[in-house]
Amino acid sequence: MTIQHHPSDELLLDYASGSLNEVWSLGIATHLALCPTCRQTLARLECIGGALIETLPTSQVSDSLFDRVMGRIDMVGGNTSDGLETSSVETWHADPEQCHTDITLPNPVRKYVGGDIDILEWEKLGFGAHQLRIPIDETQATARLLRIPAGRPVPEHSHNGAELTLVLRGAFFDSTGTYRRGDLQEADENLEHQPRAEASEDCICLVITDAPLRFKSVAARLVQPLLGI
Amino acid sequence: MNRISETRFQATDSIAPEVLCCQNIGYESSKTARPDGQRSSNMNGSYKVPLSDRLRKTSKVAANMDEELVAVSRADKRAFKAIFEHFSPRLKSFMLRQGAEMPLAEEIVQETMVKVWRKADQFNPSKASASTWIFTIARNVRIDLLRKINRPEPDMNDPAFVDEPQAHPADILSAEQQAARLRNVIAELPEDQQNVLRLAFFEDKAHPEVASELGIPLGTVKSRVRLAVKRIRKELGDIV
Repeated sequence: MTIQHHPSDELLLDYASGSLNEVWSLGIATHLALCPTCRQTLARLECIGGALIETLPTSQVSDSLFDRVMGRIDMVGGNTSDGLETSSVETWHADPEQCHTDITLPNPVRKYVGGDIDILEWEKLGFGAHQLRIPIDETQATARLLRIPAGRPVPEHSHNGAELTLVLRGAFFDSTGTYRRGDLQEADENLEHQPRAEASEDCICLVITDAPLRFKSVAARLVQPLLGI
Repeated sequence: MNRISETRFQATDSIAPEVLCCQNIGYESSKTARPDGQRSSNMNGSYKVPLSDRLRKTSKVAANMDEELVAVSRADKRAFKAIFEHFSPRLKSFMLRQGAEMPLAEEIVQETMVKVWRKADQFNPSKASASTWIFTIARNVRIDLLRKINRPEPDMNDPAFVDEPQAHPADILSAEQQAARLRNVIAELPEDQQNVLRLAFFEDKAHPEVASELGIPLGTVKSRVRLAVKRIRKELGDIV
């Protein structure tokens, strides 16, 4: 099914230029894994970066720099991709037998949580919902997976800061529309909404928040600090 | 604002005077005469030579660099030297503008060029121009070495990766044709839209910080970005 809800151009621009932090980049990268349209927009934006670099004035580099580069190159031999690219995050490889439609979490998220949803240890959140915090060291922003039971609402809330919600399984809907796998909702402090999971199955989302959510009902507000969301 | 990286340019004695000058008055040193002898006197980060003119001048060199980079994938060291000589001084300016002090700026350039050599076999001139491809490598090295964070990226080999259903009409154009057309589109954008793009790429500023830098509302930055991207998509024939 075609994705209906995309990240804004300015968020893609921040990702393309490299100024977006790791937590937000995780949200964008996961959407990009599912959305060829936004990958094309990203390619356009990166092309702007390439074009602008060509317009920069030159700064003289040290005389020895070329030799230092060649020294590094000769040390490792030829120039085929040699597996030297290592990330501090381990890659998790899917079972090749597994049909791709069975995989809920695209690779950017799997890398952080160590596998697909079948291995996750969910934490109870109340309201029948569950969450799994994704460990990324950021001072304010947080990334987590949220599982909303089929047909159930997430309490009505507004936001202290910006929030990204990317659907990875099932669907939710609110006053702004219906969001299915790959759809991304970009909310700011002005959005007050009551998302509800569709009745057919539990809805699993990747949720990125800049600041804690602000629940509206007094009861929800009282438990909010306990839930850590 | 946590989404924004905190790297800022700081002047140090180890930076060449012409670079400091670039930082102070904007795009190009007023003390360094351009090859064509033009001089300019404008201030406050605006361009000495309009960005539009600079963009229009780059096309011939750019096409040549694509060929050189393809030769690098065959381990051609002469071609690699040509790539190095063209891009290193520009990448160094790029890193200095983004807040890397010396010697880190050169370390990032060095690491980028080593990666260019090692990954050259992945360069596909039908998909991206050399300058775009090298920009993405430099960006990632900078995030790694300067900001010391991971950059999550989609993985084409991921079984969950959703492929393009069919080729876009834009794919009929070669990457270099697209790059040339894109340079023209940027050159024709209104200056306020050009400035937003320039700040985003050169000053390592996320869009909320671009707004405060320019002293304009966030919504204005958003609409300028959207207008620019809309224009680019239209000119390049994207389906949107």
